[in-house]
Amino acid sequence: MADDLKKLSMTLGESLRQQGVSRRGFLKYCAATASMMALPPTMVPAIAQALEKAKRPSVIWLSFQECTGCTESLTRSHSPSVENLIFDHISLDYHHTLQVASGDAAEAAREAAMHENEGKYIVVVDGSIPLANPGYSAIAGISNLQMLEETVAGAAAVVAVGSCAAFGGLPHANPNPTGAVSVGEIVKDKPVVNVSGCPPIPTVITGVLAHFLTFGSLPELDALGRPMVFFGQSIHDRCYRRPFYDKGLFAETFDDEGARKGWCLFRLGCKGPMTYNACATAKWNQGTSWPVESGHGCLGCSEPDFWDAGGFYNALSIPDSDLTRKTGYVVGAGVALGAAAGALNRSTRAKAAAQHETVTIDDLDKKS
Amino acid sequence: MPRLQDIAVKVESPDGTQNSHGNALPILHEIHHALQRFSSEGEYCCIDLRSLPFGPGDEEQLLQLLGRGEIHVTMDALGESTIWETAFSGVWIVDHRNAEGERVALQIEIGSVPKIVFSQQEDIVDAIDRLEAKLKEH
Ligand code: SF4
Ligand code: SF4
Repeated sequence: MADDLKKLSMTLGESLRQQGVSRRGFLKYCAATASMMALPPTMVPAIAQALEKAKRPSVIWLSFQECTGCTESLTRSHSPSVENLIFDHISLDYHHTLQVASGDAAEAAREAAMHENEGKYIVVVDGSIPLANPGYSAIAGISNLQMLEETVAGAAAVVAVGSCAAFGGLPHANPNPTGAVSVGEIVKDKPVVNVSGCPPIPTVITGVLAHFLTFGSLPELDALGRPMVFFGQSIHDRCYRRPFYDKGLFAETFDDEGARKGWCLFRLGCKGPMTYNACATAKWNQGTSWPVESGHGCLGCSEPDFWDAGGFYNALSIPDSDLTRKTGYVVGAGVALGAAAGALNRSTRAKAAAQHETVTIDDLDKKS
Repeated sequence: MPRLQDIAVKVESPDGTQNSHGNALPILHEIHHALQRFSSEGEYCCIDLRSLPFGPGDEEQLLQLLGRGEIHVTMDALGESTIWETAFSGVWIVDHRNAEGERVALQIEIGSVPKIVFSQQEDIVDAIDRLEAKLKEH
């Protein structure tokens, strides 16, 4: 216990030195952290200076109406090594899935962390909150709404991890039987960062926590409360298949010549033009690949109401000829075209949501 | 159980050659400009290759184009890092891996030597203390 307290009061620099990590090792750690935060390598000295003095923040992780996919995603992250980040550089004081304690002991740990770190701890939430009936989701007899309200009261900031916590996600899909809402719809008096995705990219989750750890502040956010460094550009704008889109070369089925040649997946339902996320650069499975690279269109999982945006395999519903007309499409029109297509497709998506299209086996076989 | 990075994932193009998506050449231009700046103004530069939207084959093509030079360094700190000078003097690759051998950063550094190779002041101070302790033992 005394050791734990000592560790808590140590700065990150002190604790690494105590573990025998050299300055070179520390600088390597900072380089990996910069890469994870999507910051340029020129920031490494500033990151080193800040991390040297950083203290482990207390993190309370609440899981509400969720599938544990977000935690699965996080625990499979590797950069610089999530075990280090979680167990050495943040103090994860409460997490249903990962903690050993259960029942009253677990709740006591949450209350102790809140009390000891009043005004300074971070609350991470995955899952949405049911408002139709508190009994739909409760932990230790405490409704999700009550637990969220009482836990965020003394928090410095809240990180809504995953599309369910950020936008309501799957539980919020039509007809939203549990009356699910996002964290941001309840928490109005604390900064809320939305790290959307179903699940979010692990390095994006750790990147946001690392940003707080490093700079003691939250990163710049977009209009939907998402960190700009990761969600500032659309999948389409950073997609390596973009030159094919610009030339009008599309795969029509998953096994035609176009698919084999790696052409654009727009006609197979790719939602890249309306989706903002870092998949094209951060990639998945330790940087191995990402959905479009593996031959499947983007599902739009980091956008609000993506479940209700029409079938995953329905092209964004605008025939290409129309798209050409409406956007003034010319070969090589570049980023502006992507933005225009995104805006057009947002209205198409809203229509699809209203009609609540379902996916059938025919959609999966659909040619275009 | 094989680790993920042990499974060789390679995208083949129909004619059997390695695909690439044309992103290597623009980076090569950037390296060229950075090297010119370093030569004339001494401006150090570092490019994080993981922040680039590379398609399959792009990274391999870039590393192949840059080739290997005379110096190869292995650094053992929080996992193994390999650092080598490319066939173009002043252009270095820094490949950082964690203890599990997974890549945590891949950078191109333009300079005389990558900064992390230099002995660090903090480690030198620590070395003096340890040397003094050693001397006291004898
Ligand atoms: S539509 Fe999809 S596959 Fe095509 S360029 Fe855009 S993001 Fe890439
Ligand atoms: S490619 Fe699209 S659907 Fe897939 S994970 Fe990324 S944002 Fe989500």
